[in-house]
Amino acid sequence: MENLKQILADALSAVAASESESALDDVRVHYLGKKGALTALLKQLGNVSAEDRPKFGQLVNEAKGQVQEKISERKAALAKAALDAKLAIETIDISLSGKGQEVGGLHPVTRTMERIETFFRGIGFDVAAGPEIEDDYHNFEALNIPAHHPARAMQDTFYFNPTTVLRTHTSPVQVRTMETSQPPIRIICPGRVYRCDSDQTHTPMFHQVEGLLIDENISFADLKGILQQFLNVFFEDDLKVRFRPSYFPFTEPSIEVDIMRTNSKGEESWLEVLGCGMVHPRVLEMSGIDSEKYTGFAFGMGVERFAMLRYKVDDLRMFFENDLRFLKQFK
Amino acid sequence: MKVSENWLREWVNPNISSDDLVAQITLAGLEVDEVLPVAAEFSGVVVGEIISAESHPNADKLQVCRVSDGVEEFQVVCGAPNARPGIKIPFAKIGAVLGADFKIKKAKLRQVESFGMLCSASELGVSDDNDGIMELPAVAKAGDDFRAFLGLDDQIIDVDLTPNRSDCLSVAGLAREVGVLNKTNLTPIEVVAADVSIDDSFPVRVDATEACPRYLGRIVRGVNVAAQTPLWMVEKLRRSGIRSIDPIVDITNYVMLELGQPMHAFDLANLSGSVVVRMATKDEKIVLLDGQEITLREDTMVIADEKAPLAIAGVMGGQGSGVNTETKDIFLESAFFTPLALAGKARSYGLHTDSSHRFERGVDATLQEKAIERATALVLDIAGGEVGPITHAVSEASLPEAAVVALRRKKLDQYLAMSIDKDLVTDILTRLGLEMIEVTDEVWVTKAPSHRFDIAIEADLIEEVARIYGYDNLPSSMPQAAVNFTPLSESKTQVQVLRSILVSQGYQEAVTYSFIDPVLSKQFLPDIEPVPLANPISVDMGVMRPSLVPGLVKAYLHNQNRQQSRVRLFETGRRFIGSVEALDELDQQQQISGLIAGARDSEAWYHNGEMVDFYDLKAHVEAMFALNEGGKPNYEPSSCVFLHPGRSADIFVDGNFVGIMGELHPQLSKELGVNQPLYIFDIALSAVLHAALPEYKAISKFPEVRRDLALLVDRAVPVSELEKVILVSAGDALKNVLVFDVYQGQGIDETKKSVALGLTWQHPSHTLSDEEVSNSVEQTVQALAEQLGAVVRG
Repeated sequence: MENLKQILADALSAVAASESESALDDVRVHYLGKKGALTALLKQLGNVSAEDRPKFGQLVNEAKGQVQEKISERKAALAKAALDAKLAIETIDISLSGKGQEVGGLHPVTRTMERIETFFRGIGFDVAAGPEIEDDYHNFEALNIPAHHPARAMQDTFYFNPTTVLRTHTSPVQVRTMETSQPPIRIICPGRVYRCDSDQTHTPMFHQVEGLLIDENISFADLKGILQQFLNVFFEDDLKVRFRPSYFPFTEPSIEVDIMRTNSKGEESWLEVLGCGMVHPRVLEMSGIDSEKYTGFAFGMGVERFAMLRYKVDDLRMFFENDLRFLKQFK
Repeated sequence: MKVSENWLREWVNPNISSDDLVAQITLAGLEVDEVLPVAAEFSGVVVGEIISAESHPNADKLQVCRVSDGVEEFQVVCGAPNARPGIKIPFAKIGAVLGADFKIKKAKLRQVESFGMLCSASELGVSDDNDGIMELPAVAKAGDDFRAFLGLDDQIIDVDLTPNRSDCLSVAGLAREVGVLNKTNLTPIEVVAADVSIDDSFPVRVDATEACPRYLGRIVRGVNVAAQTPLWMVEKLRRSGIRSIDPIVDITNYVMLELGQPMHAFDLANLSGSVVVRMATKDEKIVLLDGQEITLREDTMVIADEKAPLAIAGVMGGQGSGVNTETKDIFLESAFFTPLALAGKARSYGLHTDSSHRFERGVDATLQEKAIERATALVLDIAGGEVGPITHAVSEASLPEAAVVALRRKKLDQYLAMSIDKDLVTDILTRLGLEMIEVTDEVWVTKAPSHRFDIAIEADLIEEVARIYGYDNLPSSMPQAAVNFTPLSESKTQVQVLRSILVSQGYQEAVTYSFIDPVLSKQFLPDIEPVPLANPISVDMGVMRPSLVPGLVKAYLHNQNRQQSRVRLFETGRRFIGSVEALDELDQQQQISGLIAGARDSEAWYHNGEMVDFYDLKAHVEAMFALNEGGKPNYEPSSCVFLHPGRSADIFVDGNFVGIMGELHPQLSKELGVNQPLYIFDIALSAVLHAALPEYKAISKFPEVRRDLALLVDRAVPVSELEKVILVSAGDALKNVLVFDVYQGQGIDETKKSVALGLTWQHPSHTLSDEEVSNSVEQTVQALAEQLGAVVRG
């Protein structure tokens, strides 16, 4: 018995002293192997008295189990230590940047147009497009702007010849849509437009989104409702908006929409952001729509102006210089 | 239209502040552009009288004046040559402040003491006249406050009138509108017919009766053109932005501003035979008041005499026939020219005058007699003279007819989504000057006043009612119309998705001008004649771009010049090829184009310095086409003139050419000053937006088998040819071919390259046996050898 205790104590201290898996394995073989010390005790069971035999056998087996358990524990501890050491060596600097492409970005004009489109698509408008080199009829005549109308002077037009122009607004797309379809019509027409004007606040090319809604019983109230909603949604603000009479040959009544802006000094001022109106009955008739049955409204806005307000850009010309230091600010 | 608020208030004086008045006008549709003070800020300036003026003892150009303020006399040193005894002048006394902070103090000029300052008009901001001190009329009383004397506590209201509101291009017209808005009565000037004192008249013949339905003329003899225009008139003109010239011209301008009727005065001595209103003859010439000679067209109406044209009707007078310093007798003209006859005419000669501006938009056709009488009365008052009878030349039939327009209650309510009280509607329309022919519960039948050219249809009346009622007082709602949504197509990729693909590859979107320099266009595409603009903004924006590429390369250069060497840009937009003479056939196709240059990765700690090449670009192009499940693109060597002949591809989908890609031609690159290789793509947007609806195919349960082939083949053989042969010869179970290595150089024949391919087979319904795969490989190798001379590398 004394012998067993001694062997067990030796075995446990040998397990604890093992510093590697192979040393541990040697310990296991030395005590638990076929010729191991504890295994040998079992072989001596015959020398023990019959009455003590079961008790002695049990003790030896318990001792074996105990050693086995300690070996497993020690093994796990050693494996964990080894892994910890390995992971410690593998530590990297997680503050360094990731590898691969820097993401680019959309032009602020596109970004703004997409915001505008998203609102109007959401309330059932389709997006329509059309040519930029237009004939005089679609750009002017069909919009109730006959030759020599003073309103032509309101829009400095680029000409190719006396009857071919660069569209001065995206309204010709509305005309083309009305020519080919019947109400209900709900479209917006985003795109490039051109005016022969270039200074601090004008570029010869800019972008517009125009919209057209024609149906039975469309009223001025609908126009006010939609545009007020749109402005609030676009600017993410409950804006003060005012509707002011104006004049466009293709709408009657015609309206300009102002929003209230507050500058850094807290001073308020009105700023014009939209032109709109009820579609002139003559415009409907010219494109084959019954103006007695249908009414509608049209609106138009300058995308750059919205982009400037939204992103606080103070120089219009930046939009067309394509300077990366400018473009990269819109991510 | 600029007008002094005080002048306006002489006509109509509602009990509202200036700010409210301005806001009210704007909200009625007459947008106020700006409100300006009529003079500079100053105080302590009085009317002074020069008692004496003597030469300064120590300075040639200075005078020492004694100036009276009505009570005391002051010694003032003055440098103005027109300082002389007896004249009244603005006198800034000690303590006066000019502008924000220029305080007048006692001073010594060349040893002579000076107590105050005599002011020029420009120093007080009442004109830009800096020619000596301002001389005031004799009636000015020394000692009176100068601001009060000139009525300078006033402001200029600048109204930006839309083309439809010509009726407001006068004080009378604006007053009428303000009266309507405030329900305030007007106090118009009273016009009394002048006493005719002589029988003299000058014959008038109107040939162009349609364009000139009414022409009134009158002789006034013995006018004094040297008379001074009264200060009140000079001031009113000035506040409307018109300079005083001489009393007769000032009066015609004044009447135009006051009543809205442009007028003209001829020197009777220069008229020969009779006044003829006619269309110009071809190539007839006239020298205008401003000295320029104009060659007239036959569509232009002139006022002529028997010998020559004297004026372009309603636009500008001629040099020889107007009032001048020698003029004794005048012939006053007050006419109505139809808007249509004058529309665009002034502009076609590069002219724009106050007169043409009004006639083009419409002058009240009933105003001529009133205007000529008003002008006559002013002439008599200011310049004297003997008045002859008015000659009338009128073609009643050609005069505009007042439009009869009905407004239906039903339409009004439908347009405005509310019902405005009947009496209120009647009141609004009546106050606007419309005559009520019939008013019932269902309809207002009205006749438009002669000064409103813009009322012709029902919608015009709706606008008038809405405008006066106030747009902000009208209801607002969301439309209740049934919404018809268009089916969401999946056979077309959204352009937004395409843009995101490029953005995630590091591209910045650019927007370049649609017009480019014709020279640049020719550098890229010498064989394409770009579409030229007739009136470009500048030469370097002279033609419509036949391709987006030149603009993008220009944008690249802009960035290269700003030390940006790693550039990735793309743009979507139209290109223009063809001729505007065949507009329907003109190609205005939408393109998507891009450009990359510089390092593959942004400079960073892992950066290996590798530069982008053709295959980076191709990956981007392939990424765009990856969405296109329909036709896959084929790449063939390109002959695009602005690309590197050995590093460029034409792109085809289903056999149709859709675009190009490759490296910018090194020669062109050099010419343009590009300092590194640029890789460019330019593809029809429709080709990359084309998509197919995905359709599920069952996934095979059987294992894949892969075999690799290493082939030696002539360098000139494109790998795509190897792939084509493999696809045909490797059997139906072939699932995929990939190229995992291409090598040429040391170790192999210099005319050859080594290509390593991985072939994968998988059968939908059974596990492929070794034998089956080996047979496929064998067939493939044989076909490659026969068709392309490829040899399996040992």
